[in-house]
Amino acid sequence: MLIILLLYCLLGFWVLWSPGALKKYSALLIALLQLGSFAYFLSHVPYVREGFIKSQFISWIPQLGLDFHVQIDGLSLLYALLVTFIGALVFLYAKAYMKKYANKSRFYFFLTWFSGAMLGLVLSVNLIQLFVFWELTSLFSFLLISFFNEKESSRKAAFQSLFVTGFGGLCLLVGIVLIGSHVGSYSLSDWISASNEIKASSIYTPSLILIFLGVFTKSAQFPFHFWLPWAMQAPTPVSAYLHSATMVKAGVFLLMRLNPVLGGTELWMGILPVVGSITMLVGAYMSITQTDIKAIFAYTTISSLGVLVFLMGIDTKVAVKAALVFLVVHAFYKAALFMLAGYIDKQCGTRDITRLGGLIKQLPLTFIVSALALFSMAGLPPMIGFIGKELIYEASVQATDLGFFILIMGVVANVFMVAVSIYFLHRVFIRKRAVELKVPLVNLYVFGPLVLSVLSLLLGVWPDALTIFLEPALEVVRAGEVAFKLQVWHGFNLVFVTSFFTVLGGAVLAWVLIISKTFMAEWRKFNRQFFTINLTDVFFTTFTQVISYAVTHTKRIQHGYNRYYIMSILLFTTLMIGIQLFLQTGWELPKQVSFQPFVLTGIIGVTAIATLVTSVSQTRINAIIAMGVLGYGISLIYLYYSAVDLAITQIIVETLTLIMFVIVLKKLPEFSSYSKKIPILRDVFIALCFGGVMTLLALKALDVELSHPISDYFIQNSYLKAYGKNVVNVILVDFRALDTMGEVIVLAVAAIGVYSLIRMKMKQS
Amino acid sequence: MNSRILNIAQKYLKILFVVFGVLILLRGHNYPGGGFIGGLLASLAYVFQGLLKGADKQASKSVSNGLYLGLGLSLILLSVLPGFFMGNAMQGIWWDFSVGGWDLKVGSPFLFDVGVFCVVIGVSQLFFYSLSRY
Repeated sequence: MLIILLLYCLLGFWVLWSPGALKKYSALLIALLQLGSFAYFLSHVPYVREGFIKSQFISWIPQLGLDFHVQIDGLSLLYALLVTFIGALVFLYAKAYMKKYANKSRFYFFLTWFSGAMLGLVLSVNLIQLFVFWELTSLFSFLLISFFNEKESSRKAAFQSLFVTGFGGLCLLVGIVLIGSHVGSYSLSDWISASNEIKASSIYTPSLILIFLGVFTKSAQFPFHFWLPWAMQAPTPVSAYLHSATMVKAGVFLLMRLNPVLGGTELWMGILPVVGSITMLVGAYMSITQTDIKAIFAYTTISSLGVLVFLMGIDTKVAVKAALVFLVVHAFYKAALFMLAGYIDKQCGTRDITRLGGLIKQLPLTFIVSALALFSMAGLPPMIGFIGKELIYEASVQATDLGFFILIMGVVANVFMVAVSIYFLHRVFIRKRAVELKVPLVNLYVFGPLVLSVLSLLLGVWPDALTIFLEPALEVVRAGEVAFKLQVWHGFNLVFVTSFFTVLGGAVLAWVLIISKTFMAEWRKFNRQFFTINLTDVFFTTFTQVISYAVTHTKRIQHGYNRYYIMSILLFTTLMIGIQLFLQTGWELPKQVSFQPFVLTGIIGVTAIATLVTSVSQTRINAIIAMGVLGYGISLIYLYYSAVDLAITQIIVETLTLIMFVIVLKKLPEFSSYSKKIPILRDVFIALCFGGVMTLLALKALDVELSHPISDYFIQNSYLKAYGKNVVNVILVDFRALDTMGEVIVLAVAAIGVYSLIRMKMKQS
Repeated sequence: MNSRILNIAQKYLKILFVVFGVLILLRGHNYPGGGFIGGLLASLAYVFQGLLKGADKQASKSVSNGLYLGLGLSLILLSVLPGFFMGNAMQGIWWDFSVGGWDLKVGSPFLFDVGVFCVVIGVSQLFFYSLSRY
């Protein structure tokens, strides 16, 4: 398992950097990898069915309870199979689709890494590790959505999806950490055994809500659903993979994973059905008036995700069973439909259903495949979608309190689904209209959808084949409930009647839409008028407002006036040091302050005078010379105390500073004093305060000994441990080499800063 | 500045500064000196030359490329590595050599010091170059 994940990582780099001649095999290579890992996972099915769990474990940071722990159990197996199977088809499709685009290798790199991250996500049983993969999928989804980054809409869409899912990711992390620190472990098995304790504790509610936020943003639940239709800016293979079968299903995956830990409570069964069913209805309703094919499928995806979430919320055996079936059903037909949408787009040069039509004659195979996929979406027999929908109806009735309500919502949503399927088929394929085909037929486009649609049909006829994969998954989600029976004919009962009326309603609605010329236009107008609150706009408005709020408030502190920065730094330092000095040692001055020896006192006198001259001198050259005197005076003091290194350094630095001053002197503007009396007095006051406190600090430093000076250690060990007699140098390059390294880097950065600032200025003028 | 005396003196002083700087660097471990002072001294040679001839003429590529900066920082990084592999990162590692009766000790801190030497030269070059071009 680990090797497979590693392979995704390495082959990702390979497709990015492989030599040009091999680049055209990139897609095939990754498709083979996906197929290979599909076969690998498939070979585990018999073991998993017998109840074996294969896991691999690498200790990562054991002190923090972080391990790299992957596991193949029923649930991760089902997901891994979906990810790799559809992944292989998508890469084959991408080979045809991406042919004409630039930066293909980058695209394949992103998509490969995304697949790896998704696979890692579903295999993880350490929750922190799962979170890392979760974020990786968000990140690569961002990169993939913004693949056409020269378009502003792409960048906007990518940013939006990253921001929304990133927000959810952070919430999820907090939720995980809350539970993890309560349990004392991040391992899923520990969580499951501590399930009752978690549910009883006070952190249950906040952590559940936080985890739900993560799930809702990732799986595009209302009101976070708005990023998904926008994400259709991505190249179509990406939509087919990420936004139908993998990425958005990650949220649902987490719900299934954590159901044994957190599920079955009132909160779980209260929030999920409500959010899920609202999402289902909103998605289905919005899909019908869209004109862009990909937008239609994006909204139906939202609706399906809503279905999955509310099924997980009902949390009975039938509901989880329905969720698992519908997961597969939806992955199959939606991936197929997205691929077909991309194909039609390529063939006709448009995705606008108002401009398409009559494709049945030109693309008969595409028509058949689309019809199969759409029938599965509409839940018509004998497709597997029919079984899925029957199960959903059966489960809806079981919802506590809300059962009837949810059933009605489900019926309404499904009526829309049926209507949009039929309407789509008529609009694009059947109605008479000549559309010119742009490119010759490429069968590779239809291969993936064909496989998926035929599978949808076959599984509908022999649903038992599906149960092989679903039974172990069901056992993971709801332990001990394995009996799994799927059948097309359930008998003449409430579910069948509802199903019948759904199809009838959908057909009638579609018929009205097709027959009436104005109905659809009116409906679109109505929607535009009454659903004007575009959540995307709300998102961006909020975002810019937050930014501008932050900017105005930051400007109060970061105003850009150097003098005020210096002033506030000095005042603050004075205050803090002054208070600390007073608290630690009181106001008493040390008694022994002698003016011996005389030479030193003399030097100090000279430097003091030089300082005074510097600050009051009326010409720059005087000030510079006085500062030079000050510097050399200080170096003399060093010399007096036999700190030769320091003295030499000080002298050379002083010399260099003087030279540099002389160089820039003639380029500076004329010296003039603008300050009025009050600012001067204020500056004098601040300077005196700061100087006073510093003097006080120096004087006190003679007396106060906080701890044993470390210099003794250095002096003793300088030669013994570092073979150097010059203690200062040994400290610089050995004992305290890290400090020196930091200082040297700061120096280098400062030099680069000076260089580029001046260059910038020179370029401007 | 156009002074013939200084111009001629500069030729020899330049060498003197560099040699002296290197000397200071080498003796730094046991006697006053070291990479920082040595680097400052050696960079004086550059500054001197620049003062006389102007920075434009000898604005060599090495300055704007930050050759010395890069070299110095790389040497520092290199000096960290022996310790990283043979104990703790930044720990001084020493090798003993006996060459013809001379007992030589070469250690990673010396490499570090050479790195500091180079960075200091690079920094003052860059400062000087930018300011005189301005």
